[in-house]
Amino acid sequence: MTIPYPSPHPGPWTAAAMIAAIIISSTAGEVLTASAMKSIGDLDEIRAHAGLKGAIHAVVTCPRFFAGVSFLALSFFSLLFALNHLNLSLVAPASASLTLVTNAVSAKIFLKENVDRRRWTAAVLVCIGVYFLAH
Amino acid sequence: MAHERLLPRQYMILGLVAVCAPLGDTCLSRGMTRLPVIGLAHPASLIAAVFTPWIATGIALLIGFFASYLTALSWADLTYVLPATAFGNVIVAFLARFWLHEPISLQRWAGIALITLGVSLVAQGPSLTERPAPDFPVSPTEAEPAVQVEEEQVR
Repeated sequence: MTIPYPSPHPGPWTAAAMIAAIIISSTAGEVLTASAMKSIGDLDEIRAHAGLKGAIHAVVTCPRFFAGVSFLALSFFSLLFALNHLNLSLVAPASASLTLVTNAVSAKIFLKENVDRRRWTAAVLVCIGVYFLAH
Repeated sequence: MAHERLLPRQYMILGLVAVCAPLGDTCLSRGMTRLPVIGLAHPASLIAAVFTPWIATGIALLIGFFASYLTALSWADLTYVLPATAFGNVIVAFLARFWLHEPISLQRWAGIALITLGVSLVAQGPSLTERPAPDFPVSPTEAEPAVQVEEEQVR
């Protein structure tokens, strides 16, 4: 038996918890994955020298990559769970945008990226955009 | 090698990330809303959902997204790649409105516009943080390519 639409809409706190689970797991996954890819090097260059097989080998032999993928998988199933209860037009932009902010903070702290004024301004604009999306 | 200004091929990879992610998310949403409600008491139902057509298509698109995303992360900052691909939010809004027939208020459109503005700000900056060159090679690509080493040995 299929139900055409999700069940009764969850309350705001439940919705926030679902989105928070996506954001936290996604941020951990993306920071770990980005760190792994930087340690591996430019994939285009590796593919030019060692072919696609060499590029895949370089990625799948990096343990940090698998740590990142594990968190991204957790984020994916959190997304599936949230989509079963909430509208896509809320879940997708809200989780993607807030992840941008948490990633900016995490990238500055853990990856030592240069998060300049331009990138912080973008983060603030995104926060306001998310507020509009959620209300 | 990382470039402050991206090559057309690199812009194409970012474009793939932007397109595949929202299309994949939309397929997932389409598939999940057609399933019975899944509770925390039955988490195995989420595994079964993976084998339904819409969810499977969504996953295929998200695999394409992930491959492009990893490639982009190998030559650009995380804080550059993520915003540059957030244009997908606009695509999601259009798909949600015109395909899934979800109502989107003016306020939500304004939110999406602000997000897009923030994204475009980041996209105008450099793609990679400048770092001092290491004293020794830290990855296989930074070492001399094997082909060149072999050529030198022949000489």
